[in-house]
Amino acid sequence: MSRYGPLLLLVAALFALWYAAAVPMNIREALSAAERNGVVVEPATAIERRDANALGLVAANLAQIPAAWAQDRPRLPAPHQIVGELWQSVVMEEIEGQRGLLKSGSLSNRGLLLHVWITLSATALGFVIGTVAGVLLAVGIVHSRTMERSVMPWAIVSQTVPIVALAPMIVVVLYSVGLQGLLPKAIISAYLSFFPVVVGMVKGLRAPDAMQTDLMRTWDASGWQVLTRLRLPASMPYLFASLKIAVAAALVGAIVGELPVQGGGLGARMLAGSYYGQTAQIWAALLLAAALAAGLVAAIGGAQRLALRRMGGAA
Amino acid sequence: MMNAPIPQTVISARGVDLTFDTNDGSVHALRSVDLDIGKGEFVSFIGPSGCGKTTFLRVVAALETPTAGTVSVNGMTPDEARRARAYGYVFQAAGLYPWRTIGGNIALPLEIMGFDRAERTRRVREVMQLVELSGFEKKYPWQLSGGMQQRASIARALAFDAEILLMDEPFGALDEIVRDRLNEELLRLWAATGKTTLFVTHSIPEAVYLSTKIVVMSPRPGRITDVIDSPLPRERPLEIRDSPEFIEIAHRVREGLRAGHAEH
Repeated sequence: MSRYGPLLLLVAALFALWYAAAVPMNIREALSAAERNGVVVEPATAIERRDANALGLVAANLAQIPAAWAQDRPRLPAPHQIVGELWQSVVMEEIEGQRGLLKSGSLSNRGLLLHVWITLSATALGFVIGTVAGVLLAVGIVHSRTMERSVMPWAIVSQTVPIVALAPMIVVVLYSVGLQGLLPKAIISAYLSFFPVVVGMVKGLRAPDAMQTDLMRTWDASGWQVLTRLRLPASMPYLFASLKIAVAAALVGAIVGELPVQGGGLGARMLAGSYYGQTAQIWAALLLAAALAAGLVAAIGGAQRLALRRMGGAA
Repeated sequence: MMNAPIPQTVISARGVDLTFDTNDGSVHALRSVDLDIGKGEFVSFIGPSGCGKTTFLRVVAALETPTAGTVSVNGMTPDEARRARAYGYVFQAAGLYPWRTIGGNIALPLEIMGFDRAERTRRVREVMQLVELSGFEKKYPWQLSGGMQQRASIARALAFDAEILLMDEPFGALDEIVRDRLNEELLRLWAATGKTTLFVTHSIPEAVYLSTKIVVMSPRPGRITDVIDSPLPRERPLEIRDSPEFIEIAHRVREGLRAGHAEH
């Protein structure tokens, strides 16, 4: 318990801060709704309230605080509203909705599970493409000075272009050559995830010291043997550190890729939520994206422990 | 100075010069080194840091190329000998792969050289017995002491039956007690395998105890100042280090080292 004590305290403090912030954020809407229902609020008209300070409004209408946590379209939804939205869109929609899992036999596009799945598949494919490309580039860079000088600067430049600007163009270009659906999103995702892999693997493949490479030389080992027997195993700790960054970047890429495509996914949900003022929907998608990222990083961590245990446990 | 007649020359160096270009100007690592090493000899290279003893070993192993002069190994160039896998190199650090078991580490050069699985297993068992590490095959390097790791590293160098053993301060990082024991074992190994051995060390007793020939070197530029053919018998118990012959050779080595220094 003592181990989780500080963590719980921190979470509780965050929730308290969140609830406190939601009050001034939503007080105007709460007061307008109360006024429409005939409740006397202070000041009485929306025009007067427009120029008033939000904290002052809260102080003058303490009775309306619970209403600020219960708005239909709050500026900042309270945590329980987001939990409610998650429950509705993840569970209830599939159980009760016309297009839900129970009634139609497939995941509803109004539910969040389908969108998580869409985002996850683009992330996974993009992560795989990005990792393979990153490892191959790193191997090339370590073995060829020409590649080191030509590829590395471009790899760095590629990451300075804002992905939000680039994503629609990638989608348009790929569409014009007949590629659509999962692949364009995966490529945007790979575009973000290959970079940490390149950087980490270049360092990892160069981790063996001169003595190790000298030994290989006295055995007359081929370049391929040095790569597979020495450089790749030695780079494993670096690879896993990079993969954790890469998988989070892949998720960001997939979400950004979903914005122009509108084929579903958590990114599309966030965009739709902002079109229709459904802040709880945005926050719900946001929280699921964060949970997804945490799950993916944890999965890499698990794979790392497994791999390092197979590699002797002390590596 | 005369060399004793050598039955069959394995390594022959003639006028070897090596200059490194560094940022602080050039460093004369070796100057006109002439040396013949016969089959089955145990040759120690001793001298202060920077005298070129390690560099000479690296030249023999084709890890460095001399700027002038020639080295021949069984009539081949060092690089041809390297490709023929003539060298088993042991460094000061054991350099075992942490992700491989001891057995896996010793099998590594065998894998690289394309020995089949049965042969690998046989040879690994054989050399592990030779260095008295039997039973530790499945252990990982971090589970072994420094001395045991270094024995595994020697086993790795012996596994593919290289003709020449090159050892660069293999026991330099070990404490005196472990070092004595490994010196004894190394002599036994050398007697059992008859391998031509080149051994770099900082320690006078170690050099005298192990060697049939001691090459004294001095720095700036790195060169040979004395070559001593040891009159000690091949059978050497540790107590031989208290004998007058031993002390006399040690004295001559010390004189050689001092002379090399006095020239500055």
